[in-house]
Amino acid sequence: MTKAGLEAMAVKGAGGVTTKSLSIEPRKGHESPIIVETECGMLNAVGYSNPGIEDGIAEFSGWDRPEPLIISIVGKDEGEFAALAAKVEKSRKQLNCTALELALSCPHTPGFGVMAGQADPEMAGRITKAVRKETRLPVIVKLSPSVPGEVEAAKHAEKSGASAINMGNSLGPGMKIDINRGKPILGFGMGGMSGPAIKPIAVRCVYDIYEAVKIPIIGTGGVNTGQDAIEMMMAGASFVGVGTAVYFRGPEAFKKIEGEMRSWLKEREYKKASDIVGVAHE
Amino acid sequence: MSETFSPNIPIQTARIGKATKESDKVKTIELNTRLVCEPGQFIMVWVPGIGERPISIANNDPLTISVANVGKGSSELHKLAPGALLSFKGPLGKGFRIQDGWKRILVVGGGYGVAPLYFLAKMATAAGLEVLGVVGARTAKDMIYEDKLYLVTAETFVTTDDGSKGMKGNVMVELERLVNDPKRAPDAVFACGPERMMLAIARLCLKEEIPCQLSLERYMKCGLGMCGSCDLGGKTVCRDGPVFDALETLSLKGFGEFKRDASGKKVFF
Repeated sequence: MTKAGLEAMAVKGAGGVTTKSLSIEPRKGHESPIIVETECGMLNAVGYSNPGIEDGIAEFSGWDRPEPLIISIVGKDEGEFAALAAKVEKSRKQLNCTALELALSCPHTPGFGVMAGQADPEMAGRITKAVRKETRLPVIVKLSPSVPGEVEAAKHAEKSGASAINMGNSLGPGMKIDINRGKPILGFGMGGMSGPAIKPIAVRCVYDIYEAVKIPIIGTGGVNTGQDAIEMMMAGASFVGVGTAVYFRGPEAFKKIEGEMRSWLKEREYKKASDIVGVAHE
Repeated sequence: MSETFSPNIPIQTARIGKATKESDKVKTIELNTRLVCEPGQFIMVWVPGIGERPISIANNDPLTISVANVGKGSSELHKLAPGALLSFKGPLGKGFRIQDGWKRILVVGGGYGVAPLYFLAKMATAAGLEVLGVVGARTAKDMIYEDKLYLVTAETFVTTDDGSKGMKGNVMVELERLVNDPKRAPDAVFACGPERMMLAIARLCLKEEIPCQLSLERYMKCGLGMCGSCDLGGKTVCRDGPVFDALETLSLKGFGEFKRDASGKKVFF
């Protein structure tokens, strides 16, 4: 995703935007097909295609919109994460970014995320700690619904200095086989599941983490409508992540979701959206 | 109650009916199927083990594509013989739009860009419009679709860089002549080809106040508006395009200047 692409999403109503995850070296990502639609969702195996941290910082520099810009980084180990964080910290003025996100949870890229054990509690803590030393930016730790231990991982991240948890990434890995060809469709064979099909799992993860940590939670996974966003907030999310909805509803998804949330809240005479955060726990 | 769930954009599979050579570099593949689609739209063509590539639709019935041999994926597509299976999703993207009241249109194709314009010319002629064509290529040997275009246009003009066929020069020579010819001046111009050519056409049409639509090309990975690899100034070429109004393209940062590679790095034209 380019800076112009993120600006377009912000103009279309996104309350904040997160970059594609930046790695030390440029990455072409996985072979195509990288996305395939499934029943009530999609599978993706993008494989962290990105121009690398140097070109990435140049790309996203000069963010001048009011919506917060979150820089996402992805490394092979805590050393790489720390080095990436240091680079972002050095350029934070020119980037004009609001926070740094650590993607620990991709389920389909060898050497990264779940496939490197980064979403495990201890490793999540270690990476957060290493990054915390390098930057004064708020640090968001993006966890996985695909492996057990997300609650422990959230606790470790909080203890290691995380400012927020992004609970949610694609779920899996999963696979879709084209029955006319008798072959897996994705170039990488398998990929992460997203979209409405995974929402119940994301909601449950947010619900459990809300009981375990004090830092705010971004609920990500399957949010397609305003009603979905309300549900995620009732589970405990202070913010809601949206991705695959753009496929089903176009870039207008953000405005549509906001409108649906507003009318739902108004009908029930809620003054502000934050009043519903965590109500499912009361 | 819906008993089954199916994707919005399914993958379809058909057999190749015919594969013909257009030039040393270009092969045309006809599938044993038809597709409801508009000229200017494209399909993501998939062969297991080879990957997925965006290719513009050169005809709807039978579904036809022309493939330039420009890399690993397309050279594998060139090897496919009649009877082989080809899978695709689509039609994808936004195609050319013909406005009510237009009586004469001009299609301008450079290099491989002429294929979707053949489909447009065919449909426009069938709808009763007068269609003029300009086809440009480096040399006579590289020229494709010129013979097909003659059949679906009132007149077709040809240019080559080296003068080995038609007028010597690029398509702009013919384009400038036609827009200034009162008997041939078009109500709209449709173009597809190298981006510097389309930039020149967009500027000319702006100056002459002629509506103009361009079919653009960018490195495209998903074709569904999700991965961001085909970004052009905040627009996705795969979903917002590939056909854009020329006025809009002139306002998009990067048009005529740079594209991006698989990692998202800028590659200047």
